Amino acid sequence: MVRFENVGLRYGMGPEILRDISFEIEPQSFQFLTGPSGAGKTTLLRLMLLALKPTRGFINLFGRMSNDLLPGEITRLRRRIGVVFQDFRLLDHLTTYENVALPLRVQGREEASYRAEVVELLQWVGLGDRMNVLPPVLSGGEKQRAAIARALIVRPELLLADEPTGNVDPNLARRLLRLFTELNKSGTAVVIATHDLALMDQFDGARRLVLGDHRLHIYD
Amino acid sequence: MIERKTRRQTKADGNRPVISVRKRIDLVPSDTTAGRALVTVISIMTFLAAITAGCAIFISDAADEWQSQISRELTIQIKPNDPKLIEEQVAKVVQLAQDTPGMIEIRAYSQNESEKMLEPWLGAGVDLSELSIPRMIAVKLDQTRRPDLKAFRLQLNSLMPNAQLDDHRQWIDRLAAMARTLVWVAVFVLLLVITAMALAVAFATRGAMAGSKQIIDVLHFVGAEDRFIAAQFQKIFLRLGLKGGILGGLLAVVLFAASAAVSHFWNLSPGGDQLEAMFGSFSLGLKGYVIVFLIAASIALLTGYMSRLVVFRHLSGLE
Repeated sequence: MVRFENVGLRYGMGPEILRDISFEIEPQSFQFLTGPSGAGKTTLLRLMLLALKPTRGFINLFGRMSNDLLPGEITRLRRRIGVVFQDFRLLDHLTTYENVALPLRVQGREEASYRAEVVELLQWVGLGDRMNVLPPVLSGGEKQRAAIARALIVRPELLLADEPTGNVDPNLARRLLRLFTELNKSGTAVVIATHDLALMDQFDGARRLVLGDHRLHIYD
Repeated sequence: MIERKTRRQTKADGNRPVISVRKRIDLVPSDTTAGRALVTVISIMTFLAAITAGCAIFISDAADEWQSQISRELTIQIKPNDPKLIEEQVAKVVQLAQDTPGMIEIRAYSQNESEKMLEPWLGAGVDLSELSIPRMIAVKLDQTRRPDLKAFRLQLNSLMPNAQLDDHRQWIDRLAAMARTLVWVAVFVLLLVITAMALAVAFATRGAMAGSKQIIDVLHFVGAEDRFIAAQFQKIFLRLGLKGGILGGLLAVVLFAASAAVSHFWNLSPGGDQLEAMFGSFSLGLKGYVIVFLIAASIALLTGYMSRLVVFRHLSGLE
């Protein structure tokens, strides 16, 4: 599904912040991406999203080499990926419902065709009664769940979540993790970037990708 | 709690929550200070463009009117080489004009009338009998069947070498050249105004994009194509362009309508007909109003197109 081969990344003429990164993400797999703050977790997720170009090495996404992609192909590949940002990135002028429906709207689908789907998902993440509310009045946990719902609405083959439990209390963090595991059981490969060891301990079966000294260490 | 106005609501049944579904809201916020400022800029530019075009139409119409008035008649001047024969010479020329197809209403000015013409310069009561005053013959031309002036000039020269034909061609040519120059100046000013407006729209689009960076990022990450994002900006800017275009166009139409009303009022006053003869009626007519409408519509379309172009360039730069 995702394969990195000796990927390196540097910004401008600066030092390499990621070095010789090689790993593979299998379909329906579950892994944590961890490491100290500033180790490059978010950068690695952005590389997987093809939001950054590696300065060396190869990235293969869904069977396509990143440097062979034609204009427009990146968009099609991104539609197979759900992403949860650390800072949620909800659009403040759209309601919770509209934010969650956004990935379907940008695909040109009619609102009537996805309304029930969006409502059902919002209820599933516990935001059934907050659908018509704008993000500025949502709590941190509600925003997080809205961001997760937005990532899940397209039934992605791969979910990338950047510190999804960073802004919530331990109780909600456990609920969110359950949500991710349920999603994984339904067939989605999940990558959760976190430095929360307690969270990772709750899910022993997951593979751990640990970033340190600009390199990636894998613990199956 | 911030709740938005709803357009329709789904039915609540049992435990199902009531959801409010708004009309599709713009993904790029449009009601911003920069947006309002751009509407003002576009309306001013549309107003200036419409005024420039209107003035060009006024000048062109007035010049056409002068030309058609002047070219409707010609003058024949006979310099008296022998005062005793002058009446006979005038009669011969009048006869020649009458025999020429396309020449209607031939009027020969008498000696007295010719002398009176000089009164404004020489004063009344001056004895002009000693002066050899040229005699004038005014000829009105048939607009539907113009005479062959070249042939007439040759005939006149052979019949009366001391007669001179003035078909006002020199004036007509000068007027036409002046009108053409002014129209080209107006076109140039119009192009400057449109260029300035296009640049203002480009800067405003860049500003809007800088302010919407997070929105563009999110749209990219949720799988929006560049043309979808560009269409969002284009929609907003087309709407701003339409608002500005309509406002500026309406202001111009009001100004032209007011100038036509004032011109009509002047025409009722003494000297009004001279003003109208000099500067036209100050009335745009249907053609003028259609042109103002086209300018407003073109500016709105240009605004939308420019924003799309700028967004596409910006997005391709991101890739």
